[in-house]
Amino acid sequence: MHPAPSVIVFTTLSGLGFGLLFFLGLGMPEVTGMVAFVFYLIAYALAVGGLLASTFHLGHPERAWKAFSQWRSSWLSREGCCAVAALLTMGVYATGAVFLQSHWTLVGALGAALSLGTVFTTSMIYAQLKTVPRWNMVPLTPALFLTLSLAGGALLAGQEGQAMGLLTLAGLTLLAYWHQGDRAFALSGTSLATATGLGARGDVRAFEPPHTGTNYLLREFAYVVGRKHATRLRVIGFALAIALPLLCLLLPVQGLMAKHLLAALAVVLHIAGVACTRWLFFAEAEHVVGLYYGKR
Amino acid sequence: MTDLPHTTSRKMGLVIDLDTCVGCHACVISCKGWNTENYGAPLSDQDAYGADPSGTFLNRVHSYEVQPEQGHAQLIHFPKSCLHCEDAPCVTVCPTGASYKRVEDGIVLVNEEDCIGCGLCAWSCPYGARELDLAAGVMKKCTLCVDRIYNENLPEEDRQPACVRTCPAGARHFGDLGDPGSDVSQLVAARGGMDLMPEMGTKPVNKYLPPRPKDTLSQTHEQIDVLAPFLAPVAEDTGGFLGWLDRALDKLPGGSN
Repeated sequence: MHPAPSVIVFTTLSGLGFGLLFFLGLGMPEVTGMVAFVFYLIAYALAVGGLLASTFHLGHPERAWKAFSQWRSSWLSREGCCAVAALLTMGVYATGAVFLQSHWTLVGALGAALSLGTVFTTSMIYAQLKTVPRWNMVPLTPALFLTLSLAGGALLAGQEGQAMGLLTLAGLTLLAYWHQGDRAFALSGTSLATATGLGARGDVRAFEPPHTGTNYLLREFAYVVGRKHATRLRVIGFALAIALPLLCLLLPVQGLMAKHLLAALAVVLHIAGVACTRWLFFAEAEHVVGLYYGKR
Repeated sequence: MTDLPHTTSRKMGLVIDLDTCVGCHACVISCKGWNTENYGAPLSDQDAYGADPSGTFLNRVHSYEVQPEQGHAQLIHFPKSCLHCEDAPCVTVCPTGASYKRVEDGIVLVNEEDCIGCGLCAWSCPYGARELDLAAGVMKKCTLCVDRIYNENLPEEDRQPACVRTCPAGARHFGDLGDPGSDVSQLVAARGGMDLMPEMGTKPVNKYLPPRPKDTLSQTHEQIDVLAPFLAPVAEDTGGFLGWLDRALDKLPGGSN
């Protein structure tokens, strides 16, 4: 799959933003006034910034509002509805925390649930696609999105205890996702033999493509650039997203300033790492339509 | 709503004969021609006369080589367009309701006024039937020439999809695959019509007819060239004027034996 920058930015940033909103909604940390304002500013900048970035790959962004209508069947529509509901609910909760010094626990809990729900609906957009076996893994794909979002949210919310546990969990999920994903295409049973229905007659190979140039399908689905670096990028992504932030949290340092600096470093490393694994999430994913072109 | 209809009154679709297709791409061209000038946004080309041309097509012809365990490889031309699936994943993933499957004939269409060009329907289609038009920013797909098949301004013989009408080999057939008595259904039954990627669970309406076995020479005859006996000389010794001329020339100096 073509790793469109807008979609990588969107899933990375909004995942973090909604992860932070989840913790803020549960009162972790229970902040008010100016401090709360800064926390919510960061959370909304990430979540809304990500959502805006996702509209850049649309052919007609001006019609994006129509996407709220099909929540009964479409995960993409559900994601839109869930995101707006989460942002509005958390907006109410944030107003209480910032201006009225009060925490409306029920509203916060609802907002937290909706925030996590948004990340889940995002993950289901990918996990529902039978055409991309590497993504079509329930519950592994949703688990990957949710654990990474929660780990990043905990890091941003300064919840060190939870962050360490969640980073470990996200790391294990990532490893499981890679392990299982590498075998998913073969396990799906789809091959050029089933794609053409000619498998029973002999060994099928693509002899001539339909056209000499490229097309939308090849650009979008048969993206192979950089796959040869996949293993190295996995190591780099895992180190940045999981291992190094864990190390930052575990380092025994004295002084509040040093602690804050290390936490900030952990956040930056984590964001870079998640972006790297998200790039791989798309670049490594193989769409079955590539088979028709003799490509993967 | 982009929910799929439980049932459709008819299942209009194509039957493509892989035995008969000669891979001429006439269906590709007629499809592009008709659908650029009629229903919806035109099928645009990018850099059409430059170094890296590409464009939107609703129908493309692949060619595959099949190598059996024994014997010669076979080349099979393979036209591919929207299969108008009964359980079309492209319809249910659409967030705006632009994609829909018609109850009256089962045709899967895109309402281009509602399409936001997110591309998710193309992602969900295993067959590569949908292409995002780069000029219009909306998703394009085979309409089964919905603006031809019911068009009373056209002569009756033209009221079928452009690809079917143009196919010089008669490799494409159009009809109601939901009616077991229709010509196309009988063709599918007689020739063992098959689904593409049945494991995807899309239940395609379009069917593909597998190539029929090739003629094989009788194993008892060693003679491979069946025409040779008929082309053998009927008389070795020539008579008449040409025979005399042949002998006379041979006798001249330098003549053969």
